[in-house]
Amino acid sequence: MELNQFLILSAFIFAVGVYGVLARRNGVLVLMSIELMLNAVNINLIAFSAFNHNIRGNIFALFITAIAAAEVGVGLAIVLLIYRNLRSPDLDRVEQLKG
Amino acid sequence: MLNSVWIIVALPALSFVIILFFGKRLPKHGAEVAITAVAASFIGSCWAAVEWIDRVNASEHAAGIVGFFGKGMMPSDSANGGVEPVVNSLTWWQSGGIDFGVGTYVDGLTVMMMFVVTLISLLVHIYSTGYMHDDKRYTWYYAGLSLFTASMLTLVVASGTLQMLVGWELVGLCSFMLIGFWWEDRENSRAAIKAFLTTRTGDIGLIIGIIILFTAAGTFNIAGTNAYALQGANNHDILLIASICLLIGIMGKSGQFPLHTWLPDAMAGPTPVSALIHAATMVVAGVYLGARLYPVFYEGFSISNGGINMMALVGGITILVGASLAFVQRDIKKVLAYSTISQLGYMVMALGVGAWVAAVFHLFTHAIFKALLFLGAGSVSHGGTHHSFDMREMGGLRKKMPITFWTFIIGSLALAGIFPLAGFWSKDEILVNAGSQGFELFLIIGLVGAFLTAAYMTRCVYLTFFGEYRGKHHPHESERSITTPLIILAGLAIVGGMINATPLGIKKFTEWVEPTTNFPKVVHAEFDVPLAVISVSIALLAIGVMSYFMFRREELTKFKGLTQRNRLARSGYTLLERKYYLDYLYENVIVEGIRTPIARAMYWFNQTVIDGLVNFLGRGAVRVGRFAYENIDQRGIDRAINASANEIGAAGGVLQRVQSGSVQRYALYIFAAVGVMSVALFVLSVS
Repeated sequence: MELNQFLILSAFIFAVGVYGVLARRNGVLVLMSIELMLNAVNINLIAFSAFNHNIRGNIFALFITAIAAAEVGVGLAIVLLIYRNLRSPDLDRVEQLKG
Repeated sequence: MLNSVWIIVALPALSFVIILFFGKRLPKHGAEVAITAVAASFIGSCWAAVEWIDRVNASEHAAGIVGFFGKGMMPSDSANGGVEPVVNSLTWWQSGGIDFGVGTYVDGLTVMMMFVVTLISLLVHIYSTGYMHDDKRYTWYYAGLSLFTASMLTLVVASGTLQMLVGWELVGLCSFMLIGFWWEDRENSRAAIKAFLTTRTGDIGLIIGIIILFTAAGTFNIAGTNAYALQGANNHDILLIASICLLIGIMGKSGQFPLHTWLPDAMAGPTPVSALIHAATMVVAGVYLGARLYPVFYEGFSISNGGINMMALVGGITILVGASLAFVQRDIKKVLAYSTISQLGYMVMALGVGAWVAAVFHLFTHAIFKALLFLGAGSVSHGGTHHSFDMREMGGLRKKMPITFWTFIIGSLALAGIFPLAGFWSKDEILVNAGSQGFELFLIIGLVGAFLTAAYMTRCVYLTFFGEYRGKHHPHESERSITTPLIILAGLAIVGGMINATPLGIKKFTEWVEPTTNFPKVVHAEFDVPLAVISVSIALLAIGVMSYFMFRREELTKFKGLTQRNRLARSGYTLLERKYYLDYLYENVIVEGIRTPIARAMYWFNQTVIDGLVNFLGRGAVRVGRFAYENIDQRGIDRAINASANEIGAAGGVLQRVQSGSVQRYALYIFAAVGVMSVALFVLSVS
């Protein structure tokens, strides 16, 4: 196995995540895409960690997993409130920040 | 005890936490925790004071200093065996090789301040059990008092300027919380915000001053800073700048002209809070800072040279401004607030004329009698007028409230500086020092201030206690929890000044409190009997004149309506009534000027000024004026302003499309920016 293979996989997953965040309308799916991006980063960290024989990357990945869990908790709460106020999870309708 | 004064600080802090979490469930709703903690702190402070006195006495014997009274006269120098302060500190955090320490720095000044703070705080705690009894936020009130006591003690024992700043900001926060304690009333929360922002203006000066001192001296330590200030003449400029900055901090906190306007408004808080925070302790934090870092000011302002310096000048102006404004107030607490401003002016002026001991001594006595007066005013409103402080609703209370009356009289006489009450000794010490060291101007200001002080207090006492009762309630004496602190404070106001009664040969205060190491060679003036006689007779004269005005009103009909008939008198009265227009300047001119867009301000300027000019020039010039108005103002300036506004509006229209409000659009911008930046980084690192 080569390091490059992991990096390409990670880049692919990251790109999928970016596409999801930018293009999907459903708030829940956007959140899931954010998770994808975070996990792409995790793959990177673990791959580097394994190939460099250094444990630090694993530790970082653990932290990111924990923080992602917290973040998705907050995110779901926000999506829930949006749903309650607008009667739909559609993010295109969230535009009160307009200047 | 001197090595473990942190316990004294920690107890009220602990009490704050306990009250916050368990206060409402306790049988007395948290009051008992707060009182126990502050009482323990008070005992600790007394213990520390006794140990400090022992230390001073022991070192005197060890150094073999002859004579019991001579020490205060000697130039203070570590060479002749001064009493070293007790310093304990530990590293708070380290950054860039610099240690930021916290700790305790205990010397006579610290011990004195701890004693005053815990004493007044204890009495206020007891008083509040009666005064605040039915309040719905009773528990929260005691939590606030505990936090304040802890913060003030943190400030007092601080071993470094940085820790001092922390305490300084904490007391500001507590002051804000307690001024706005009854925040349901819009006025009160406005007063709280005003106090917070005004003191914050001064704090900027303080922070800059601390940073300058740190860069110059290389340490935050008080001892180190003071040693740096005293070491030589080549650092005079930087000390001057640092002391000006610190003086701005003092102006904000200690209500010095021109940042004093928050203090009268701070009377919106509960009266015990006014007594504790806005009379006895927090507002003297500025004076304390001045006393603590005195070498910086002494060298920075070249106080030893005499003449006029900024510190004395600020204090002197404050004396006169505060005392004159106290005359026109109808609210008894506001009279006392302006009186506090004026007395703080005395302290700052005393520091400015090199009378360190006198300033600190006045701080000590003032804390006692001003707390007494405020608590007395609270008692009047509690038992006499049902929570009104308007003196027009008082009057004739001396029979109904005898204890409050007599203690208030004692406090007023002490404030007026009548022999032999506390205020006499300290005020006289300030005056005699000002007079003997080439500050004659400030001696005169001090005497004028003494006259005004005695006069406005006579007016206040007359309106409150003499004449006919003008309120609509049934006045009665307040309960024991309120009168007991009054009696204790009145006793202290009588005997408190004797601790430094120099003509009687008692100089205990000087001996115990004045630092003997790291301290400039301050000259102590001898007691001057003629001056003392003059100042007391001036005060008595003022009382006499004012009483004549008040008691024999009917004979003074020719003075009646003076403000209506005489234009000069009227404008003077209006000037005082409007508080020298300082609030107007701050709120309407400065705040509004910043708040309103500049284009509108300019338009307003054109409209009013040119319009006003047109009217002023009269009929003959109307045409010219109109011509100017129409052509220059409307066509020229207005068009320019409108054009620029339109340009800005158009630019805003373009940018508005970016602010679509869509979350995903924003996310796209972020990704795009990251992408551009990473490409840029790549290109830069390759090339």
